[in-house]
Amino acid sequence: MSDNPLFDYLLRLGDTSLVLGHRLSEWCGHAPELEEDVALTNIALDLVGHARLLLSYAGEVEGKGRDEDALAFLRDVYDYRNHLLAEQPNRDFGHTIARQFLHDAWALELFETLAGSADERLAGIAAKAVKEKRYHLRHSAEWVVRLGDGTEESHARMVDAFNRLWRFTAEMFEADAVEQALAAAGVAPDPASLRPAWEARVDAVLAEATLPARPATIGTSGGRIGRHGEHLGYLLAEMQFLQRAYPNAAW
Amino acid sequence: MYTQGLDVGSDSDRTTAPTGPEERFQARVDAEEKIEPRDWMPDGYRRTLIRQISQHAHSEIVGMLPEGNWITRAPTLRRKVALLAKVQDEGGHGLYLYSAAETLGASRGDLVADLLNGKAKYSSIFNYPTLTWADIGAIGWLVDGAAIMNQVPLCRCSYGPYARAMVRICREESFHQRQGYEIMLALSRGSDAQKRMAQDALDRWWWPSLMMFGPSDGQSAHSAQSMRWKIKRFSNDELRQRFVDATVPQAEFLGLTVPDPDLAFDEATGHYRFGAIDWSEFERVLKGDGPCNRERLEARRKAWDDGAWVREAALAHAKKKDARAQAAAA
Repeated sequence: MSDNPLFDYLLRLGDTSLVLGHRLSEWCGHAPELEEDVALTNIALDLVGHARLLLSYAGEVEGKGRDEDALAFLRDVYDYRNHLLAEQPNRDFGHTIARQFLHDAWALELFETLAGSADERLAGIAAKAVKEKRYHLRHSAEWVVRLGDGTEESHARMVDAFNRLWRFTAEMFEADAVEQALAAAGVAPDPASLRPAWEARVDAVLAEATLPARPATIGTSGGRIGRHGEHLGYLLAEMQFLQRAYPNAAW
Repeated sequence: MYTQGLDVGSDSDRTTAPTGPEERFQARVDAEEKIEPRDWMPDGYRRTLIRQISQHAHSEIVGMLPEGNWITRAPTLRRKVALLAKVQDEGGHGLYLYSAAETLGASRGDLVADLLNGKAKYSSIFNYPTLTWADIGAIGWLVDGAAIMNQVPLCRCSYGPYARAMVRICREESFHQRQGYEIMLALSRGSDAQKRMAQDALDRWWWPSLMMFGPSDGQSAHSAQSMRWKIKRFSNDELRQRFVDATVPQAEFLGLTVPDPDLAFDEATGHYRFGAIDWSEFERVLKGDGPCNRERLEARRKAWDDGAWVREAALAHAKKKDARAQAAAA
């Protein structure tokens, strides 16, 4: 952690958007229907767009001359601060949707709150993102319902997807010195305060989807402090290839 | 992305004698009126359009693969966002084009099935691999550039829905073309390694781009009918020449060398003369033996097969919802 909580916080948000956007972009050209190729690519585009705004701001806050690309392409795994949920592999369309839904339900709540942040720049970024997050959540929630309440096979796949992913959700609501400092300054909400609305949203959609209820949270965490799973290294190796192979080139 | 150049041929209407409706139809076409879905049209006109529009749609969809190949490896976030937006546009073009084909009575399901079972064609250019980042620049600059040459005249196609779809598509294509050229410009102003990457991409994409306009006019047996129906406005060779004339000065500005020792500006005609195209390569790729034909179709089939459970679930859910709504209403 740096001695600048705002910088750390912006990395946590920016990296989560970037890594999740990267995962969605892996679907481009391979989705179950052309409409979904377009929709998933569009959501990926929004997420990478949010990441650019957040990482650019992070670089300015840090004040060491790093721009969005230096932060995205020249940090190794242990300096990445994304949620573990975001880096989980796509597996099938159902897992991708479940992962997206759990994230969207959190992110909409968060960005709605951040739109009133004492930090004007962050408030502006969040206000722009809220409109897109609403659409993302509608898209992912509708698919959770269709797949949960679809066929036997789709139901079983969604049960499996949520079972794999629940353990990564606790991290979204954890706070350490970074979030505590920003909550005290009115810049960001206490993450725990987002939980009731997230739970209510998730529970309502699971019920409509005829899927099993959300289990009591057991969590693994660490993404926010740079303790990741094995998947992220491969994701970064692919994403950072050109910047690493041709150092200091302009593109 | 994409373009024609498949030279799909046209079905002249041998079964219908040139009686009243056909003459009236041709008179409307000659008067530059737009033909709309409910209007009478010769069967051959309908079949030609369905084939051309669906091949165009398939090309957009297959074209997402070689470019999508570099989304996760784009060198900066700005380039990544631009490439995502471009590939998303291509999916959107596919959607409008399938809708335009549906106005002629075709079903999107059947058209997609024909692509997956290898019956339908798509532009051969997408059977070449994208090996470096410069290929993303070269595709935008050359492949989209060639597409625009072919597609701008299609905005005046006699069939209304196709012409209108092309207006929007062309607007987006010209944006893509500028993006591609800008990638090439950055590379050609960059390090020696980047310049080499740019030259290598031009070397590999130049000739396939010229082939996108289809066979020479002498070999293109079906063009005349498409011209008469005003589906096609210019011959393959005319469009190819325009593309060469527009593109060679752009290559010079980039400081790159067009891989054609016979290329020369002809003062007398005001056009570039260029070397002979290797049509045996074109035929080979068209027949399925290009570098990536198998991979492209396999990728499309895999996406379709892997997504079967999703489509089935969506249908099953829609039925359940309807049934519940009916039960509630009863």
